[in-house]
Amino acid sequence: MRPFEYASPATVQEAIDLLGPTWNDAELLAGGTDLLSLMKDDVVAPKRVVSLRRITSLKRIEVTPTVVRIGALVTMEELTQAPEVAAKFPSLVIAAGGVTSPQIRHHGTVGGDLCQRPRCWYFRAGYGILATGADGQPLVPRGDNRYHAIFPEGNAYYVCPSSLAPALAALEASVVLQSPEGERRVPVEEFYRIPRTNEEREYVRQPREVLVAVEIPNTGLKNATYEIRQRQLLDWPLATASVALRVDGGKVVSARVFLGHVAPRPYRATAAEATLMGAPLDEERIAAAARAAVQGARPLSGNQYKVQLAATAVKRALSSLI
Amino acid sequence: MLKPRFLSTAWPDRDHRVWIGHEVDRVDGVLKATGLAKYTYDINRPNMAWGKFLICPHAHARVKRIDVSRAEAIPGVRKVEIIQGEGEEILFHGDEIALVVADSEELARDGVRSIRVEYEVLDHLVDERNLDAIPRDRLRPGGRRRRGNVNQAFEAPTTLVVEGEYGIPMITHCCLEAHGVVAEWESEDRLTLWISTQNVSGMSGQVASAVEVPAGNVRTICEFIGGGFGSKFGPDRWGILAARIARELRRPVKIMLDRDHELLTAGTRPSGFARVKVGVDRETGKVLAWQSTLWGTGGPGGNGTSISVTPYIFTGIPNQSREAYNVRANVGPRRAWRAPNHPQGAALTMTALADAAAALGIDELEFFLKNVDLTDRPDVYTQELLVAADLIQWRKHWHPRGEGGRGPIREGLGISMHTWGGRPHNSECHVHIHPDGSVDVQLGSQDLGTGTRTVIAMVVAETLGLRPEQVNVQIGDSRFPPSGASGGSTTVGGVSSSSRRAATDALEQLLEKVAPSIGVRPADLKVSQGFIVDKNDPSRRISWKQACRQIGMNPITGVGRQPDPEDQPLASQGVGGVQMAHVAVDVETGIVRIKRFVAVQDCGLIINPKTARSQVYGGVIMGIAYALYEECIHDPITGRRLNPDMEFYKLPGVGDVGELIAHLMMGKVTVRTPDGREITVDYDEPGVIGLGEPPVISPGAAISNAVANAIGVRVPHLPLTPDRVLAALAQKGGLA
Ligand SMILES: Cc1cc2nc3c(=O)[nH]c(=O)nc-3n(C[C@H](O)[C@H](O)[C@H](O)COP(=O)(O)OP(=O)(O)OC[C@H]3O[C@@H](n4cnc5c(N)ncnc54)[C@H](O)[C@@H]3O)c2cc1C
Repeated sequence: MRPFEYASPATVQEAIDLLGPTWNDAELLAGGTDLLSLMKDDVVAPKRVVSLRRITSLKRIEVTPTVVRIGALVTMEELTQAPEVAAKFPSLVIAAGGVTSPQIRHHGTVGGDLCQRPRCWYFRAGYGILATGADGQPLVPRGDNRYHAIFPEGNAYYVCPSSLAPALAALEASVVLQSPEGERRVPVEEFYRIPRTNEEREYVRQPREVLVAVEIPNTGLKNATYEIRQRQLLDWPLATASVALRVDGGKVVSARVFLGHVAPRPYRATAAEATLMGAPLDEERIAAAARAAVQGARPLSGNQYKVQLAATAVKRALSSLI
Repeated sequence: MLKPRFLSTAWPDRDHRVWIGHEVDRVDGVLKATGLAKYTYDINRPNMAWGKFLICPHAHARVKRIDVSRAEAIPGVRKVEIIQGEGEEILFHGDEIALVVADSEELARDGVRSIRVEYEVLDHLVDERNLDAIPRDRLRPGGRRRRGNVNQAFEAPTTLVVEGEYGIPMITHCCLEAHGVVAEWESEDRLTLWISTQNVSGMSGQVASAVEVPAGNVRTICEFIGGGFGSKFGPDRWGILAARIARELRRPVKIMLDRDHELLTAGTRPSGFARVKVGVDRETGKVLAWQSTLWGTGGPGGNGTSISVTPYIFTGIPNQSREAYNVRANVGPRRAWRAPNHPQGAALTMTALADAAAALGIDELEFFLKNVDLTDRPDVYTQELLVAADLIQWRKHWHPRGEGGRGPIREGLGISMHTWGGRPHNSECHVHIHPDGSVDVQLGSQDLGTGTRTVIAMVVAETLGLRPEQVNVQIGDSRFPPSGASGGSTTVGGVSSSSRRAATDALEQLLEKVAPSIGVRPADLKVSQGFIVDKNDPSRRISWKQACRQIGMNPITGVGRQPDPEDQPLASQGVGGVQMAHVAVDVETGIVRIKRFVAVQDCGLIINPKTARSQVYGGVIMGIAYALYEECIHDPITGRRLNPDMEFYKLPGVGDVGELIAHLMMGKVTVRTPDGREITVDYDEPGVIGLGEPPVISPGAAISNAVANAIGVRVPHLPLTPDRVLAALAQKGGLA
């Protein structure tokens, strides 16, 4: 870890003022469960670390008739314990509870989960987010890619690490970003992007923006998440599926299906959604949707198995709704 | 030693044991649970400097240029030592290039980061799974053995021939306490070394010669150690460097490996892969022939799994033809890993045999029972197979291979068997009985977490008629009389023998002192629950305290040794064990869960069944780890280790290990076989035998066999991760 300046502002505005125009100027610190490892491994080396811990306004969960607003500093554990979340969004509670270490659930925050950096072992070993080899070519397709994307995009082969993101995307949630220019809302589905260089970030948030909250519309969708991880504790999912549906008159009238941990962003399985639309949610339809979800997968040399895991996750997430 | 003259050292028989054979809590349990136990990592000395290594990021490279000037210029950096400089060839990712010693850990890291090294990157080999793809110059012959005539046996019409390939990858020790040391010079030529080691008595000499002082001037201390598993016998580079630089800087130096460095450099278990052909008699189910080609790597030096363990245990197979190759790979060098070679032997043998049983279409239990006479201890294995089968409810849960149900979750059972030596190591022990009645026991041994302290306290308490907590066991310091290194499961046999003899010797001296005051001959006295009693008239007795008051000014010192040619042996070697796994496999995800795991183990006379059982649990958990999770993953392009961390170098948590049942064979056991024979074995009779290693040998094979039983196809290579399980299912033609 390199020496850095530490700041602990009391308001979002002060925090924003402490940020700089580049990622090297400053990083935000929430629970620190990811940032500290990134700094220790010298993957990031900000000149200043701006802690959000004192900003109490970021720790609230607010419920209005139309939206549930979750402050960025709400911890995963608080999220799983909040009755207003549990009742409406079991999908999200499963995803947060799936972060299978009590310590990390108690420290890790919603904002931190969405902004955490990919766990790609090339990225973490210093090869950059695009895992570029000495020859300038990406290492992942030629390397050991057992945990990488089956839906890669461009030269991005890492998987988006956030378990909350697919669940939130399925629920049509948005993140609220605050900068010197004011506030903007970005759908979680559009929050991640594909970096073109190793210097770019994998999300649209700018260096001077703070993620202040997540807003989930209160639309009463049936929702569920299914996660597949090898170990019960301290393990990353190999694939997840989050689904949100509206069923009317025995038929699916709207469907959102997102896969996690299989692509550089939460992967929207539109073919699966189309398969579900207009039909009853039965076993046969679910099986078809599961197959459709992984249509077009482009697995790498070592992650063919994740195709089946993703399909299984979709099947089991949907089955839990009938 | 003073030869016992009127007391026998023989272990008391079952009816006369107060402590031995009874469940006793660890004497240091509270210290460990509360953090009062101090490990090497916890040692911090005034004015101490920290050392951090720069390690090589390449699997194979030559150092072209190294520039340490920027590190040396950092205020607070006190010393930069180049370990492998210009022109040196580096053979694996993680090998040490330079050491920076600075006023703080952070400054030392800053120093490491500012060293500039230019490497010439050379060709590497990090993937040894496919024998045909390994360049010839990377292969070294590992031996050839022949017996009988395999071809004739394979060709006989009554022979069923089964072929397969099996593999068990390189893993690391992953000691929770990394390797490390604190070195401090008391004067120009007197060194104290706190070092995380399995070898307290053997350490000082190794370090002393490197720093050129007399061996007696180096004091080694290791009171508690957070795991060694065979990787902590020597001082290592860090031990020697810490000692040398501490002298140069005239201040204590601490070096503890970082987690990545620990996993990269501090020891690996060699891999083993084998193509195996087994011939069994279709009628009798007896194994007739074994043919194997074995290969594996133990790092740059080659030294893969030894040819001696394929076939494992079933060494009596009449026709054998086997060959082995060692692969020189650019991966971390091997060190002894808990039961060296045996886990590989089991994983390559018991799997092939179980596949033969499945091909024959017979019950795996029946198959192993039929073939136990091909092992060295048929009676023991027969008993243990039957006991384990009861505990896992074999008859209830067993089904032919692949018939594990219809839904996504398939269950299966699997078996493996193992053996180990566990002879007693050399040990000397001093027992001091003080005039105030307190008792000190001193030996230069170490407690790897196995319960050594507790066992010594129990043996001495048993001998002196006291309670274990009245015995102050002092170990972990080279100033105490020498004991062997804790490797090969040799400790309990060694220290129990020496401490039994020392306590007996001390007691004789005490009885001689007090006999006149009771008015009997010393030989007429015995100890019992804190009293010294006249054997002929139990009403004539004095308390331990009263007796000790008669000692005089100086304590009594009893001396005991192992071996002791004058005395009967108290320990021996040679054990068996049988393990059975009951697993549930999700065939849609490839995830394997352990439902129940039974470990039946003998190890001679068991002093403390409680800590013995803990050893079995620990071994089994470590075995489940390499069966399901652990592997060193290397990047084919860069040759780097990709998972030198505890995130992707996966270990199980409590939720992953299922229900564990450890059953110890103790005393005289009679078992009736299915065909009505009665087999009796006296497990206490051989005396004390070590146990640390055997329970870790079988889980890989037992779990692999259970998975094959569940899903109807062999997953050839460990660990049984979802990708491998699903690939095996796909080869078989889709879902089971
Ligand atoms: C063993 C292990 C297993 C895990 N398993 C899972 C899992 O299954 N699923 C999963 O989703 N996660 C998992 N995690 C990751 C964990 O959830 C994240 O580390 C945690 O959520 C990060 O939150 P934090 O508050 O600690 O973030 P920090 O470490 O403080 O920050 C992480 C990043 O986000 C940025 N950031 C934080 N807050 C904000 C904000 N309000 N606005 C803008 N930027 C911000 C920081 O600058 C930093 O770049 C696992 C982690 C570990 C170590």
